[in-house]
Amino acid sequence: MVMRRGEGVMQTKDTVLNWDDLQPVAENGLLDRRAFFKGGAAFAAAMTGYTLGDSTAAQQLVDAPWSRGAGNLVTAYGTPSRYEAEVSRALSNPEGLPRTQHGRTPHHLLNGTFTPNGLHFVISHSGNPDIDPDQHRLVIHGLVQRPLSFTLDALMRYPMVSRMTFLECGGNSAPLFSPEPIDTTAQLIHGLVSCAEWTGVMLSTLLEETGLDPGAKWFVAEGSDSMAPHRSVPIAKALDDTMIALYQNGERLRPDNGYPMRLLLPGWEGNMNVKWLRRIELTDSPAMGYYEARTYAPILPDGKAYRFYFLQEVKSFITHPSPSLNLSGAGLYEISGVAYSGNGRVSKVMVSADGGQTWAKAALQEPVQPKAFTRFRVPWRWDGGPAVLQSRAWDEAGNVQPTRAELIARRGQASRVPTNPLRVLSQHYNGPTSWGIESNGEVRNVYA
Amino acid sequence: MFTLNRKRAVPLMAILASGATLAQGPNLGEPVSPEDLVAWDITIMPDGSGLPPGSGTAAQGEPIFAEKCAWCHGANGEGGTSARLVGGEPLTNGIDTAKTIANFWPYATTLFDLTRRAMPWQQPRTLTDDEVYALTAYLLALNDIIDEGDVMNASTLPEVQMPNRDGFIPRFPERMP
Repeated sequence: MVMRRGEGVMQTKDTVLNWDDLQPVAENGLLDRRAFFKGGAAFAAAMTGYTLGDSTAAQQLVDAPWSRGAGNLVTAYGTPSRYEAEVSRALSNPEGLPRTQHGRTPHHLLNGTFTPNGLHFVISHSGNPDIDPDQHRLVIHGLVQRPLSFTLDALMRYPMVSRMTFLECGGNSAPLFSPEPIDTTAQLIHGLVSCAEWTGVMLSTLLEETGLDPGAKWFVAEGSDSMAPHRSVPIAKALDDTMIALYQNGERLRPDNGYPMRLLLPGWEGNMNVKWLRRIELTDSPAMGYYEARTYAPILPDGKAYRFYFLQEVKSFITHPSPSLNLSGAGLYEISGVAYSGNGRVSKVMVSADGGQTWAKAALQEPVQPKAFTRFRVPWRWDGGPAVLQSRAWDEAGNVQPTRAELIARRGQASRVPTNPLRVLSQHYNGPTSWGIESNGEVRNVYA
Repeated sequence: MFTLNRKRAVPLMAILASGATLAQGPNLGEPVSPEDLVAWDITIMPDGSGLPPGSGTAAQGEPIFAEKCAWCHGANGEGGTSARLVGGEPLTNGIDTAKTIANFWPYATTLFDLTRRAMPWQQPRTLTDDEVYALTAYLLALNDIIDEGDVMNASTLPEVQMPNRDGFIPRFPERMP
């Protein structure tokens, strides 16, 4: 339903919220986030849905067919409603041509902070191996005192840890390096980031048993898929929060996210989180493998290139509304999105409805966890006129998302608009995303 | 240890006796020797460590390339469904400039490592070490980085000076060991 100013008084347990109490805190209709806390659930229920039509004509309610007979059988492994079939990953290579396959998360069709396992983003460079867990081994060798091989059953007996962590491909958000905005969705722009709860054994626990030689400064992790991709990681990360992940959102890893085990480097570049992990070699220097020496080394405007970027820096983007989630008429809406930082917790998110000229502080959904998605929300009264929505996040280490102009000044932008919007133009874009709202309610990617 | 009896309709969890306390560590890793790891221990370091015996030249690599690589990378390495391997524009042309062996790759050892590790894409690790040396020599010569007659082996390959060897800076120097 659409609630307009002065239309109603909402009664909740703790407080009375009158729409007239909603205070504008920034231009173009952004309202005080504290309305959420004052109004609670009743306020949320009154928000306009992005896909609802005109709801002013009430209908007489009837017993629907599904209410008049026994329902379907419970299945051994549940799947979403058949009405949710469009909630799916966007595939870059559905024919399986001999190159990398990407599956991008549909952020505009999800909410909260966990990404369901079947929708978690995936990049497979040579397909998903069909690994027999009983035959899989994890070997730790190189500059260690006792090279050891672990079965999955053995790892299951070690002390485990669970933590929320986002995973983001270094190439996520790359369409925003285009010199002109590409008319596409949040899924195709930002779909190479997801967030899950991971459970597994800390690498440091296993290194206590192998021991480390004094010269060990890096470890090189390698997968058991046919390409055997490998990445070099500083030893400090191994001793900090590196995990051998065995479970994702409570169940064993899926084949496309590394079954039966993957490396998890919370907050670090996705490609380094080696899937189908079979080997960890302690070394005194980096291997300069293909992915670190060539692919994940973004070119800078002066012709040099960054190498060993490691971190996924603080970022945020608005998921609701966003392209394809059009507004259904002027009125009250909730703007929401996700924010995250490889440096720790998100400390603040600001939202603008006028292209970055004025800002309102967004409410952060608790609990705010380090290196994990934080959902932010802010109430907004759309007056039906043009608007440009942006979000900007800060993290607890004091980092802030740069403006697009700041980021482009430092990192450059692509020399031309790509013919294929999925082409990875560069990596590590963490500037803002701007959604332009047209008076007909359509939402488009714009630059502001 | 927890074991799952997959033959039962209801999974049966059995807790078996554990001899070690957690503080001491379960100590369930099995010792593994370098001989055990021959098939897996394939990483080549920039200083050449890990390079196997064997050798190859551009002339030896040319027919192997035509048979096993041109399908995806083009008859002359100009690119096709997979990456261009020859030539390349200056990196100052833009941050989206295509990265090639000549304009970007800092170490020739990476070329050997990737070819042996991952190529051909459909049949990785089927090339002999001599074939990998020969293909490496062929691609380096095509890019005018070595001479046609140069022999690539474990001592010559790490000495190859790639044009963009010094073109890199760490993003966060304080995080480098």
